[in-house]
Amino acid sequence: MLELALKGSKKYWGLVGFLAAIVGVAALTWLYQLQFGLGITGMSRDVSWGFYIAQFTFLVGVAAGGVMVVLPYYLHDYKAFGRVTILGEFLAVAALVMCLLFIFVDLGQPMRMLNVLFYPTPNSVLFWDMIVLNGYLFLNIVVGWNVLEAERSGAHYPKWLKPFIYISIPWAVSIHTVTAFLYAGLPGRHFWLTAILAPRFLASAFASGPALLILLCLIIRKFTKFDPGREQIQSLAKIVTYAIILNVFFFLCEVFTSFYSNIPGHMHPITYLFAGLHGHGAYVPWMWTSISLMIAGIVLLIIPACRRNESVLAVACAAVFFGAWIDKGMGMISGGFVPNPLEHVNEYIPTPPELMISLGVWAAGFLVLTVLYKIATSVKEEAEGYVSTP
Amino acid sequence: MDSSRRTFLKIAGVAAVTGWGARPVLDSFASSGGHGEAVEPEAKKTGEALIGKHWGMVVDTTQIESIDDLEPIFEACHKLHNVPVLKNKRHRIMWIWEDEYEHVFPGQESPYMVERLHKTPLPVLCNHCENPPCVRACPTKATFKRESDGIVMMDFHRCIGCRFCMAACPFGARSFNFRDPRPFIEEINREFPTRMKGVVEKCNFCAERLAVGKMPACVEASNGILTFGDLGDPESEVRELLREHFTIRRKQELGTEPSVYYIV
Repeated sequence: MLELALKGSKKYWGLVGFLAAIVGVAALTWLYQLQFGLGITGMSRDVSWGFYIAQFTFLVGVAAGGVMVVLPYYLHDYKAFGRVTILGEFLAVAALVMCLLFIFVDLGQPMRMLNVLFYPTPNSVLFWDMIVLNGYLFLNIVVGWNVLEAERSGAHYPKWLKPFIYISIPWAVSIHTVTAFLYAGLPGRHFWLTAILAPRFLASAFASGPALLILLCLIIRKFTKFDPGREQIQSLAKIVTYAIILNVFFFLCEVFTSFYSNIPGHMHPITYLFAGLHGHGAYVPWMWTSISLMIAGIVLLIIPACRRNESVLAVACAAVFFGAWIDKGMGMISGGFVPNPLEHVNEYIPTPPELMISLGVWAAGFLVLTVLYKIATSVKEEAEGYVSTP
Repeated sequence: MDSSRRTFLKIAGVAAVTGWGARPVLDSFASSGGHGEAVEPEAKKTGEALIGKHWGMVVDTTQIESIDDLEPIFEACHKLHNVPVLKNKRHRIMWIWEDEYEHVFPGQESPYMVERLHKTPLPVLCNHCENPPCVRACPTKATFKRESDGIVMMDFHRCIGCRFCMAACPFGARSFNFRDPRPFIEEINREFPTRMKGVVEKCNFCAERLAVGKMPACVEASNGILTFGDLGDPESEVRELLREHFTIRRKQELGTEPSVYYIV
């Protein structure tokens, strides 16, 4: 099947070349970081995790979001999603590649990475996160690839695959739960120390993952002969609607508990993010943009006429995706570290090289996604009687 | 290890168990009754090292007049441990430093406090918690609690630089080497390792000095502001101080059980 990725149109190769070029520039920037140290980033003694870990956290959500097409198809026998499960699985693969790369570029001593395996430490949540992320990557590659290969040869997928498919469903929940537990179990980080963090992460995951999937379906329909299908897109849209409402609801629960209880430590991070604290407020415009985008997305998704119009739906999904991205890919980490444990406000602003490396990881993920989607859509086109594009 | 050395160690081990090696212990018992011992009357000495069940520290804030009283403490620690002096505030490495009461004990300040505490700079350092969240978080056991005496230590060579421990520490006690620290060390102390970029570091209660029978450098330089000793020994000087004075610990409500106490 891999050969399908080697036969493509000029546009396909153009996209591959473009993404590879970004990866190349980012790789050089990373070499500079490797040589100098993480001091080239905006991170500090007080904000010791930054853009890299925030992107990682957001992308674990995107990866987990893929399960929203797998679950209805395999557990509820919702046949329509059979057309798009492969897109969800391959999106998860690409997202996980980005997750692992973001962890990698965040390490101070990346060449010692295998110490996590040499000295396994079950009391560390990071140890479990490594297991669930790699496990989920493995499951999605195995399941996605074998189902697609079976489809190509016009057969049913092999029986031995069934347990892997079923395991992959709770496993998707586990990756984002464990990732939330990285934060939610730390004493003294008030913004994260909340039982609703894992549910909130899952809600934002099940909104942003399927929202991205809808946008990708629309792109696939435009640029290939494979149509993921109108019903499929509409069903996904309903999932996005419920999930993004839950995400905003969970956030409002946080706001209530923090401000009605009036406990300073609980109020400080939210105040910092949304109003600024002690004269520092770099994130204020971003956070309000995030809330506005999510609410705009909800309004557009709730009104049936808007949701059914695919152009409006695309706008709504973009709003949900970027709203959730700011919420988790920017605010979530900064809010945990500011103010610091001694209640000083030291802000974190990412630097250009840091953003370049991050962009490169995103490009690497989309490169993987492009290649995998090229294979998947070519198989689907063949199956529907089209000759694969030259 | 060559075989003769291994044999020697075996014999030495047997000797220790059977009592041939017990003499230094007896000696220290004998001398513990007398006052005026040069070092550490409370901890039992075996051979060279100071041995304690649970090392702890008492900070007597009533003795602090100004920052001038603390500077020698910080300097002694940072010089000894090859802590670099970095101009960029983001990259700064600190093992022991000062802050104001409201920042050291957030949530315990009040508008009408005893005036002295408003102005006094207080030293802060790793609390060597009994339930250290940093140790729980570390994915490689690069940071660990030494079971014999409770010191929370770092293996600079195993640390992968993930900084999970820094997120986990509720006291901001840990620093990360955002760049190669070596060019920024004013005078390298050959007795203690320097670090490389990309690893975390923090106060180690001078474990390397305890091992050769010396008190922590900060304590020696503190002019009595800091007292160090075995919290597990009811007769120790720190326990004596804790019996006699009201003390508080940082963020006690988090259950990490800090081993550093402050007389306020």
